[in-house]
Amino acid sequence: MSTVPRLSGALRLTARGLLVGLLTTAFLTPFYLMLRGALMDTPGVTSPQWTWWPSPMHFENFSALFDDPALSMGRALANSALIALVTAPVSTLLASAAGYAFARIPVPGRGVLLALVVATLMIPGSVTFVPTFVVVGSMGGVNTLWGIIAPGLFNPFAVLLFRNFYLRFPAEIEEAGRLDGLGWFGLYRRIALPNSGAMLASLGALAFIDSWNSFLWPLVIGQDPSAWTAQIALSTFLTSQTVNLPGLFAGAVVTIAPLVVMFLVAQRYIVEGIATSGLKG
Amino acid sequence: MVAAPHTGPPRTRRRSGPARPSGRGPARAGRRPRAGRSAWAAFALLTAPTLIGLGAFKYVAIGWSFLLSLSDARGTIAPGRWVGLDNYLTLLSDRTFRASLGQILLFTAFIVPVTFAASLGLALLVHRIRRGRAVLRTAFLIPAAVSYVAASLLWKMSLFNGLPTGIANTVAGWFGMEAVPWLQTTSPPLYWVVLVTLRLWLQVGFYMVLFLAGLQGIPQDLYEAAALDGAKGLRLLRSITLPMLRNTSVAVLMLLFIAAFQAFDEFYNLFNSGLSGTGAAPVQTPLVHLYNTAMGSQDYGLGSAGAFVLTALIVGVTLIQGRFTGFGRKEG
Repeated sequence: MSTVPRLSGALRLTARGLLVGLLTTAFLTPFYLMLRGALMDTPGVTSPQWTWWPSPMHFENFSALFDDPALSMGRALANSALIALVTAPVSTLLASAAGYAFARIPVPGRGVLLALVVATLMIPGSVTFVPTFVVVGSMGGVNTLWGIIAPGLFNPFAVLLFRNFYLRFPAEIEEAGRLDGLGWFGLYRRIALPNSGAMLASLGALAFIDSWNSFLWPLVIGQDPSAWTAQIALSTFLTSQTVNLPGLFAGAVVTIAPLVVMFLVAQRYIVEGIATSGLKG
Repeated sequence: MVAAPHTGPPRTRRRSGPARPSGRGPARAGRRPRAGRSAWAAFALLTAPTLIGLGAFKYVAIGWSFLLSLSDARGTIAPGRWVGLDNYLTLLSDRTFRASLGQILLFTAFIVPVTFAASLGLALLVHRIRRGRAVLRTAFLIPAAVSYVAASLLWKMSLFNGLPTGIANTVAGWFGMEAVPWLQTTSPPLYWVVLVTLRLWLQVGFYMVLFLAGLQGIPQDLYEAAALDGAKGLRLLRSITLPMLRNTSVAVLMLLFIAAFQAFDEFYNLFNSGLSGTGAAPVQTPLVHLYNTAMGSQDYGLGSAGAFVLTALIVGVTLIQGRFTGFGRKEG
């Protein structure tokens, strides 16, 4: 009587193992194909004869990427790094500051201002690139890095998340600071902010990913090669007339690598960030 | 003996959220400084950057753009040559724009349920696995690090490259299909396979994490009680897991819809469209259309009108969805 359930249990375990293996393979295959292509030469990629791994490996595909002046991949990567390294901390800090004020500082009219912030959540982000372009363009932000950065620094959703976070922040800790004579700003800087590390890291990591991978806005505002981000350079490479397959794959590798490393290192914060926010309103 | 308690509507079982102190009139008000000048100064200092930024890039932008949408603003961002609702009429009578609306609805109708089901399925699978759960989660989540541009490159040049050695054609070959150029085949429209699989690969891990968080929030004793009553397998899934994931599900559906409706990156990059592109794309999303109108023809009046039409559509559908699913009831 006990053999039947045991057998079906074993069968089920095997089936689940097979499923897991199959799915993992399917999810990781694109990464494998990308690395394989990036290390091949052109005849190798287009050859009807399948090879699992190139030998010899053509690492010069990567240096060619940076030597090509028309592509300016080095500059594009530097631009992307600068943009993301400014956007992530600044946008997170600004949201935390505003979130604290909205949660804690009792001034009249606070509710109205909060409603004005929340109302902007209704506006879908990328659909309104024309209005944003009009404003940033009138400020002289076309083809500049600050023009790419500026609109992304103000995140109403993060303000809301930080507000909820500080509403749940234990008041006793602040109480102690107040006895020490701290004002509201001091309470935020000395007590609330230093205790928001995990939240700052989670939302900062997500802001970094969003900034690094964003495409439409940099495409709209930064048409000049001097303002290209890594995504724009890769897209231009992809849609250009000359087809250089190994170069394309190598380009994909260098634009993806920083984030993959970040995912592996900071996964805890990324997962936490996704779970707390649901993100991308 | 099948238990009765699980047949009732799941709604009664929903727990009220954690009691949170409402920052407004707490019991500890005794020590709190009044809203004096210093409170105002601190409030202004902390909120000013955000308020000014949102004011400029949202409110001023929307207002300005609204004026532009009522103007003839070809090649200029100065409103003033009023044309009434002409831009809106032009846009709505434009056959390519209307076609793009139909196509994005079709795309949304595909990608939303597919991604929803797949991410829920993966979450259930990963949640159940004890050994190696973290590794598995990483494997499913890591595509979320990839941009749409890079994924388009991989899908176009590698997986669905149309060569007989391409992965898609190899797999299709196992089922006896001949090698086809996936992106160029319009009848049957095989490019949908490319579009849907790409977005699925990129998104599914992200939503899986949301579902995993929801699954972790279900109290274990619910399952234990049901198991005592003899419920198992599918029945547990249907009467406990899915009802308890209701809020997560609604949020995921809404996020998926908003993201799908704003699809741009992969359509732009897969079909070689856009300003520098040459190919004639078989599908165009409203955002691609808007991009070509506003940035290609530099018609900012028409582009502004498009922004308003699409915003209205998204907000409208979101509100309707919210009404049906009861989302946002606790907000406000």
